[in-house]
Amino acid sequence: MIHIQKLAKKYKGAAQFSLADLNLSVYKNEIFGLIGPNGAGKTTLISILCALIEPTSGSFTIDGLTYKKNKKELKRLLGVVPQEYALYPTLTAFENLMYFGSMYGLKNRPLEVKVTETIQKLGLEQFSNKKIATFSGGMKRRINLIAGILHNPKVLFLDEPTVGVDVQSKNVIIKYLQELNQKGTTIIYTSHHLNEAENFCTRVGIIDYGRLIAKGTPKELIGKYDGTHNLEDVFITLTGKNLRDHV
Amino acid sequence: MYKFLASIRKEILLLTKDFGGLVILFVMPIILIITITIIQDSTFKAVGDVQIPIVLVDNDHGAVSQAILEGLTTSNSFEIATNDNEDEVRELVYKGDYQMGIVIPENLSSNLNKKVEENVEHILERFMSNGTLSSENKAEMPKNEVKLYFDPATQNSFKSAVKNGIDKMISKIETQSIYQAFQEQISEDSEPIFDTESLISFKEISPMSENKELIPNSVQHNVPAWTLFAIFFIIVPLSINIVKEKNQGTYVRLRTCPVSYATILGGKTAVYIAVCMIQFAVMLAIGVYLFPEMGLPALDVSDKILRLFIVALFSALAAIGLGVLLGTLAKTQEQSAPFGATFVVILAALGGVWVPVFAMPESMQILSHISPMNWGLNAFYDVFLRNADITHILPEILLLALFFIATSLIAIVYNEKKNAI
Repeated sequence: MIHIQKLAKKYKGAAQFSLADLNLSVYKNEIFGLIGPNGAGKTTLISILCALIEPTSGSFTIDGLTYKKNKKELKRLLGVVPQEYALYPTLTAFENLMYFGSMYGLKNRPLEVKVTETIQKLGLEQFSNKKIATFSGGMKRRINLIAGILHNPKVLFLDEPTVGVDVQSKNVIIKYLQELNQKGTTIIYTSHHLNEAENFCTRVGIIDYGRLIAKGTPKELIGKYDGTHNLEDVFITLTGKNLRDHV
Repeated sequence: MYKFLASIRKEILLLTKDFGGLVILFVMPIILIITITIIQDSTFKAVGDVQIPIVLVDNDHGAVSQAILEGLTTSNSFEIATNDNEDEVRELVYKGDYQMGIVIPENLSSNLNKKVEENVEHILERFMSNGTLSSENKAEMPKNEVKLYFDPATQNSFKSAVKNGIDKMISKIETQSIYQAFQEQISEDSEPIFDTESLISFKEISPMSENKELIPNSVQHNVPAWTLFAIFFIIVPLSINIVKEKNQGTYVRLRTCPVSYATILGGKTAVYIAVCMIQFAVMLAIGVYLFPEMGLPALDVSDKILRLFIVALFSALAAIGLGVLLGTLAKTQEQSAPFGATFVVILAALGGVWVPVFAMPESMQILSHISPMNWGLNAFYDVFLRNADITHILPEILLLALFFIATSLIAIVYNEKKNAI
C-alpha cells in the first residue's frame, strides 16, 4: 500500500537530518506502528506522507499514486488524525464534523447520517451540539478522530491518537480503529504507549535519529533481542536510556 | 461548489458564535462615524456652537482695540476674557487655560491715526506742489506690535485662521482711518464722502446637478471617508481569523483534505464582503435617518445608492485582499493585529481621510496614488459630491478590483510555494 524509498528530510537551519534514507513498505490492511523517542522523526515521516511537508530527497507512493501526479485522488484516499486537536473550539462537534466531512466531498443527507452514526459509535451523541471548547481531552480526541475518518479513507494516519486521554476513551478509540481496520483501512500510527502499540499493531517500526532501526511484528522483535519481554524492553535496548530532549 | 458553500457556512458560524466580536464589528464603526461627524461638523459650520476661550489685554483703550474686540465678539467663535497683566496672560495661555492671548499695545490707535494723518498730509502736500516736495520731515514712528500668545497644543491651522482674521480686522481699520484722514483734509462736511465698503467680494459657486446646487456639508465629507476607514478595518478580524486557523491546527487538517486554498479563502471573502456591505448599509442609514435627528445635516443619497454600493463593494474587496495577504503572511495574532490596525491608519492618512491629498507634501501625494483607500475615497467623493456617473468612477473601481486580485493571488501563490510538495 505504501512504498517509501530513501526518504530524507533536513529542516532549514538544522544540523542533522530528521529522516535519513528511510526505506519502508506498509502493506494493505496492516496496522503499522511507528515508535521512537521524541524527535526521532515519526511526525516528520507522517507529515511527509500526508503532504504537509516536502521531503529533501527520496520518493514514496501510496496505493500506486504520488502527490506530484495525483494530488487530489491521493488526498481523497487518506485520512489524517493530527496530534493536536485540529477543531474549531467555538463550533459544536456536529458543526465541526459537517464542515470537515464536506471538505472531503461528502454532502447533504449522507454526510449528516455518517456524522450522526460515528458520533454515536464513539459515545458522544449527547454532546454533539455542544461546543468543542467545553469538551474534555478524551472527548476532543474522539471528535478529532472522527473528523479524519468520515470519508472512509483507504489509509489512515494517526499521530498519537490516544495521548492524554483516560483509559475509557482510549479503549473506545482503539476498538473503533480495529473495527475500521477490519473493514479494510490500512492504519499507520505513532505512539509513545508501547504496551498499546504491542497489542494494537500488526507490525511496528522503531525509528531513531531519522533511521528505521528495526521492524517486524511485536512478537518477532521481542524474540529477536536477548532479555526482552515486551516491546518496551526492545525499545530501551535499541534506543538507550538517555533523555532525548530537543527543540 | 459544495466545498465553497460549506466554507461560507463555517465562516458564518464562526462569526455568529462570537457575539461580542460581531457586536464590535458593527457597533464600533457606528460609534466612529457618529463621533467623527459630530466633531467635524463644528469645523464645517460658519458659526460654531462651541466658543473658544481667549483672553485680551487692552493696553490701547482706543478705536483699534475696540474694533478688534467688536470683531472677535461678533464672530461668535470666542469666549473673551480680559486681563491687564501680560505676564499673567502669557502664563494662563501656556498652561492651556486659554487657547489664545491677544495683547494690544499702548497708543496703537493714536499711533495709527498719527501715521495715517502724516502720510495723507504728505501726499496732499506733494500733490499741491506738483510732486516737487521732499520727504525731509518724516517723523520716526514706534513699532506697534499686536502680540499673540497661543496654547502650545493649538494646531497650526487654527493659528493661521486667527492670525488672518486679526490681520484682516486691522487692515480694515487702517483703510477706514486713511479714508477718514483724507475726508478731514479735503472736506469740512461731516457726511462721509467715501464709500468704505469693500468693492471686491467672494461668491462660492457650487457644482449643479439637474438644476440643484451640490453643496457639500460635513456629513457628505465624513460619511464616505470614515465608512471607508471602517471597511478597511475588516483587515484586522480577517487576518486574525486566518492566523487563528493556522495556530489551532484546523488549517493543517484542511491541507490534508482535497480542497484548494482558493476555496477556503473564497468562503472567507464572501462572508467578509457581506459584513462590509451590511456595515456600509448601516452607516448610510445612520447618515440618512439618524444624523438629522441629532441636529446634523442629512446624508443625501438620492439617485446614488447603486453607485455607492458598487464603490463600497470594490473597496471591501480591496480591503479583504489585503486582509487575506496579511493573514497568510503573518505567523501570530501578535503580528497580524497590530500591523493590520496600524497599516489601515497609514493607508487612511495616505488616502486623504484626514488631510486632503492636495495639502500633502509632493512625495506623500505620489504615495497617496498607490493607496487603495485613496482610490475608494475619490470614487466616493465623485459620487457623493460631484454626482459622477459609473463611467467616471470606473478607473478607481478597476484599480480596487486589480488590487484585490493581486493581493489574493500573492497570498495563494505564497501559500502554495510555502507548502509545496
